[in-house]
Amino acid sequence: MTRAPSDTAPDAAPDAAPDTAPDTDSRLRALLAPTIATRGDLREVVLIPLLAVFLALVIGALIMMATSVAPATILKSFVAMADGSLGSMNAISETLTASIPLVMAGLGIGLAFRAGLFNIGAEGQMVVGGLATAIAAFSFTGLPMILHLPLALLIGMSVGAVYAAIAGVLRATTGAHEVISTIMLNLISFRLLDYLLRQPYIQKEGRADPISRAVLETAELPRLLTFLDPNLRLHLGLFIMLAAVAIVWWLLFRSKLGFAFRISGENPGAARYAGIRAGLTVVLAMAIAGALAGLAGATQVSGVLGRATPGFTAGIGFDAIAVALLGRSHPVGILLAGLLFGALEAGGRQMQVDAGVSIDMISIIQALIIIFVAAPLLIKRLFPPLFRNRVTAGGGHE
Amino acid sequence: MNIEIRGISKRFGPVQANQDIDLDIRAGEVLGLLGENGAGKSTLMNVLSGLYRPDSGDIIIDGTAVSFDGPGDSIAAGIGMVHQHFMLVPVFSVVENVILGVEPTGAADYLDLDAARAQVQQINDSYGMEVPSDALIEDLPVGIQQRVEILKVLFRSADVLILDEPTAVLTPQEVEAFFGIVRALRDAGKAIVFITHKLHEILEIADRVSVLRQGRIVGNGVPSEFSEADLAEMMVGRPVSFSVGREAATPGQPVLELADVSLLDAGLEARLQSISMTVRAGEIVGVAGVQGNGQTELVEAITGLASVNAGRVTFNGIDITATSVRQRHRMGIAHIPEDRLKSGMVAGFTVAENMVLNRYYDERVARGVVIDWSRAEEQAAAACLKFDVRTPSVFLGAGSLSGGNQQKMVVARELERDVRLVVASQPTRGVDVGSIEFIHQQLMACRDAGNAVLIISSELDEILDLSDRIYVMFEGRVTAEFDNQDSCADRNAIGLAMAGVNRTEAA
Repeated sequence: MTRAPSDTAPDAAPDAAPDTAPDTDSRLRALLAPTIATRGDLREVVLIPLLAVFLALVIGALIMMATSVAPATILKSFVAMADGSLGSMNAISETLTASIPLVMAGLGIGLAFRAGLFNIGAEGQMVVGGLATAIAAFSFTGLPMILHLPLALLIGMSVGAVYAAIAGVLRATTGAHEVISTIMLNLISFRLLDYLLRQPYIQKEGRADPISRAVLETAELPRLLTFLDPNLRLHLGLFIMLAAVAIVWWLLFRSKLGFAFRISGENPGAARYAGIRAGLTVVLAMAIAGALAGLAGATQVSGVLGRATPGFTAGIGFDAIAVALLGRSHPVGILLAGLLFGALEAGGRQMQVDAGVSIDMISIIQALIIIFVAAPLLIKRLFPPLFRNRVTAGGGHE
Repeated sequence: MNIEIRGISKRFGPVQANQDIDLDIRAGEVLGLLGENGAGKSTLMNVLSGLYRPDSGDIIIDGTAVSFDGPGDSIAAGIGMVHQHFMLVPVFSVVENVILGVEPTGAADYLDLDAARAQVQQINDSYGMEVPSDALIEDLPVGIQQRVEILKVLFRSADVLILDEPTAVLTPQEVEAFFGIVRALRDAGKAIVFITHKLHEILEIADRVSVLRQGRIVGNGVPSEFSEADLAEMMVGRPVSFSVGREAATPGQPVLELADVSLLDAGLEARLQSISMTVRAGEIVGVAGVQGNGQTELVEAITGLASVNAGRVTFNGIDITATSVRQRHRMGIAHIPEDRLKSGMVAGFTVAENMVLNRYYDERVARGVVIDWSRAEEQAAAACLKFDVRTPSVFLGAGSLSGGNQQKMVVARELERDVRLVVASQPTRGVDVGSIEFIHQQLMACRDAGNAVLIISSELDEILDLSDRIYVMFEGRVTAEFDNQDSCADRNAIGLAMAGVNRTEAA
């Protein structure tokens, strides 16, 4: 029998507990001490989106070069983009205004995603929510603003919730996949909007084209910065958005329901094991997601548009999917991603005006950002120095 | 073909998975590679099969140093790996699976199945494998599927076979037959690396043994020079007690009773057929059986995860047949699930979150609709200490704990509260020896405290060590019951019952 001398070698075990244990109290304290174990994650969470934005802008510039836009114009367009999104009070107001519905719908998508659901239906939920708010906003006359405005928004939220819950119920009872059903519900909502906008009660008197009656003043979200300049469009929805961020954060990370959502999303087997009712969870998560998207539609109608028109949601519900992805389904991430997309939106308009570059470029850049965020490995390979020393925890090791 | 491994080292981040490993693999010899989970066995074999590139060291085949750029190189060099988890296409036949990727083709890419079949049959015959070459994989028992995996590597002309935990899925009788095949391969001049953590298998089949611990070789030799205790000590690094020191049980009132429980799966196939069993307070009852004979469904019927189609489940005299999972949990039924990663924990959650995974709503951590995380974290820290869960922090992602610590975390969550019945399914699967010992002690302590314990395990040794009484399941039925008060149960008889041999007599 031979024994290698390594028996006496120092212990290399990574998780070996010290044999001479300190007293229980201090061991408990050590276990509960705040940890920096997530630092590696943080780098991914922050760095990858930033690099994705950077790369998307670079490729955007390359595309412009390929289509023989002069370098000076490209430079000008980026300057215009920065100017239009942050360069003035009006630019900041426009950025924030654009980000309000993006963040709220994004929160709904992110929350559903945390629960393991892919809600493609935010656009449709915004349509029905916004339309319901519009109807409530011109129907109830003689109410004071303090009642009328919350009521109109609440109705939009509820209708969005019910509309999204349809997909949840279908999933829970028949197994119909929510991706398919929410896409179909989107299509239904678009045509439903067109149809209803021509109905006598809803359609604006004396108009032949589909357009709703105007929101009453008592149901309008007040503008916030008119004391500086009457043209600044930023409205009270900003605070509703910030409240929504806080509430969704609380729901996901502090409440029992949110914990059940997260278990269901991360490991359906564990959710079942823990006695979480899968069907109920699906319906509730979809309903909350729909309420947030509905609220996005409602604030858009009540704060910006003042009425419902065909296609008034303008694809915000689809852009919000990108916002949720970019924000990694975390409320704070979604807030930041929504602000970025709002800035691109506002800056893109300026770009078109100043440099004559089509606003389509903004959509291309947005899509590129998402592709890069969805392919973190690509970014890590492109910028290896930034991701070195990262511990591949357990990766490949038995 | 002989392989010399010289000074192989491989590091993953802070973990030195292999350090200066020397190993000789010789033709006509079975090398037993013994080590706990995490000792570095898989890393070493993945280096040998070309999946990992070593940080340093050489692989020398018949005197020539080689370097592998991928699994293809290793296969071409004549090294074949049989993984623990089979990689077979269920709806393909044996021949189709064997030739997959190396199909013999004729003109115009015509697939020559007949030639393949003949070749497979010839390999089949020369090692006495008795695999029906045209049967579909999904119709074959696990033991035969494993032989298909061996056929696959032999078909690729492997001279060195690496068998990774090959007996994990076999009954004792199947193990015997399997050893016969291993011996036939050895006698035909193949070099075999037999990876296992089961000591008695090493003693039975290996010509030489090497023991790995914490990435190093800590012992080499001929098995006959060692006792099981020697090997265990080398493997773990300290003396290990084998028997849990089980004292006579003093069973009390029945806690769990199943009366004629039947359960159909989604395809209306019977998964449980008229199961009747009793688990009393203060006893451990073991359920033995080859995986897939209804054990999973039995646990689901008891814990409420599946609703039964007929029969009655009673807990402390109360009919719980229609009671929800959560309600049963609150009544004092603890459930250690068979697959911790699939259902017992959420790898992306922290240890603290996992510790309240199925009780986040109870009065100890919840206040109204809110979870009081600081209380949950304190309770988790206390449970970690009590149940020896080795983690630097309760805020660490549970996925980064070792398998043994993950399992102890699950056990801690289930046993730290007041329970009356413990349903432990594969409680020590994929867990290191130290943790196995600890978990067994905890289950025993649970019994001694007067609780009922039901252990479902495909490791017969575990069942025999712990149980006061043993049921054997085969094809959804309880086919035999054995008394094991003083560890008197007949291992062979249990093995036969697991294979369904006495089923007709029992019926």
